Amino acid sequence: MQLLRSVLIRLGTTAITLIGVAVIVFFVIRVVPGNPIAMMLPPGATEADVARLTALYGLDKSIPQQFLIWVSGVLQGDFGTSITTKQPVLALILSRLPATLELSIMALVIAVVIGGGMALTGTRLRGTKTEAVIDVSNGMALSVPDFLWGLFLILIFGVLVPVFHISGRVTPSLQLPFSTNFYLFESVFRLRFDLWLDIVSHMFMPALALAIPLAAIIGQLLKQSLKETMHLDYVTLARTKGYSENHVILREALPNAILPTLTLVGVQFTFLIGGTVIIERLFSYEGLGNMAIDAVINRDLPLIQGIVILFAVIFTAVNLVVDLCYAALNPRLRHA
Amino acid sequence: MLDGRAALKRRLPPRLLLSSIWLGLLVIMAVFAPYLAPKDPLAQDLMLGRLPPFWVKGAEPGFFLGTDSLGRDVLSRILYGSRLALMVALIAGTLTCLIGATLGLMAGYLRGWVDLLISRGIDIWMAFPPVLFSILLIAVLGPGISSIIIAIVVIDWTRFARVIRAEAMAQGAMDYVASAQVSGRGRLSTMVAEILPNVLPTIVVLLTLEMGIAVIVEAILSFVNLSISTDDPTWGGMISEGRTSIHQAWWVLVFPLITLFLTVLSFSQLGEGLKDRYDPVLR
Repeated sequence: MQLLRSVLIRLGTTAITLIGVAVIVFFVIRVVPGNPIAMMLPPGATEADVARLTALYGLDKSIPQQFLIWVSGVLQGDFGTSITTKQPVLALILSRLPATLELSIMALVIAVVIGGGMALTGTRLRGTKTEAVIDVSNGMALSVPDFLWGLFLILIFGVLVPVFHISGRVTPSLQLPFSTNFYLFESVFRLRFDLWLDIVSHMFMPALALAIPLAAIIGQLLKQSLKETMHLDYVTLARTKGYSENHVILREALPNAILPTLTLVGVQFTFLIGGTVIIERLFSYEGLGNMAIDAVINRDLPLIQGIVILFAVIFTAVNLVVDLCYAALNPRLRHA
Repeated sequence: MLDGRAALKRRLPPRLLLSSIWLGLLVIMAVFAPYLAPKDPLAQDLMLGRLPPFWVKGAEPGFFLGTDSLGRDVLSRILYGSRLALMVALIAGTLTCLIGATLGLMAGYLRGWVDLLISRGIDIWMAFPPVLFSILLIAVLGPGISSIIIAIVVIDWTRFARVIRAEAMAQGAMDYVASAQVSGRGRLSTMVAEILPNVLPTIVVLLTLEMGIAVIVEAILSFVNLSISTDDPTWGGMISEGRTSIHQAWWVLVFPLITLFLTVLSFSQLGEGLKDRYDPVLR
């Protein structure tokens, strides 16, 4: 019952957060200077044309009225129509969302592999020069944001040693047999490894740029927890029983040390998703973030609104899942 | 007392020393840019477009780090660009700190409905994608340095508020606060005179880190061509131009990128170094 109650409270605050985001973004973009309607009409359009189109998009009503219309639409799954492309906002967003999700998940996997590897190597080789090198590189990787790592990767692997693609999501001349926009997953599913390779070589650079700061955080925190765990009595006991050092670290210490890192990864994952906006721009990757920046530049109000709300939904959903997992995994919190 | 003196005498850790040196140089660069810059940062000369830096074949004397596609001197633009970067770092960092720390202090110490309101605000703010939010704000406010500063303050106050709120809450539960209240101090005066001094080291560390973040935000906004007029020299604007001409003229990207990298790294290492040395809380 206790758990159920805290879940309900958590869902309630999540709802308040989302409503807050919706209200703020709606009113902020209503004060954007520049008339989106005048921008979409060809030169020579009359006043009457502008007025007719303004009415069509509902922009002639008062702002609170517009908000109510928009909210009732959203509740029925209608996010309005994009002003620049004249397509439904929801369809546009859903066509781009898979690209951003694939990029974020790939970055998360890379971060976990690199960060986990660094922590385990550092623990295995503690007291050596290698550990010092790992600590220093973690510190550097943490200090500099994904935007700068992306630029360095473009210079190194796009220009100096051009082994990866540095712009786009897939080579434009390729024929794509896909029926969804999850190119990465679907290419594996259809056993088209030639396409898969092309997609990965496009995604690897932006994903790595997003992953580097997170990898450093994982590396630091996991190594710290491992260090504390390695001093506990039961670990010493395992060692005196004659288990190898690798067995002691992987089988005895790691399962106990991993919980704090898991919860942190959840929270940091939302920061990573937020980072896709500028990284997609940097690598001309056709995802949600890139579309969002274009929407701001073109003053496409309904589209901006939809994208910001979607990001907020993803963020709060990730946080909610992390909190619930933590409560489920940690018995002390269930009855707190 | 003796301890304090020993700590002062102890040699500065290398990361504090190196980052202070770079930031000091940067301040000199920014202040004396008109005397240090070899060329006018705005002067275009299409005949001198995309000249390489001095050690590469085809370089022209006088253009030390080469020129961009419009023939503007890269070195001079970096020097002038440091003015905007540092101005944003100082002003935006300080304002964010003042507002965020005040709200965090109030929420953490006063509790009650003040805390409820501020905490809910933090939750809502954390649900916005920050880069997109800042781009949106610049679109609303129009380009210009004051818009950049407002955007940074509006987005980043939560960084201070979250940490200081937790810290003020922890301090508020301590005996010295209770004894101050028993001795007849008011709530507000306790907050300012007792809690604030004890969270000050944390605030200073966060402020240093925030200055680095402000420099990056300014660069990102210039990169998306939204910060100030595209002619004015900004590191992000130079990087944006360098990204498009990367295969023809790598130097247009490399030099501002290295400058930005060293600056961000220095602010962050300075903050981390101060944290290790003076801040018992964040450590």
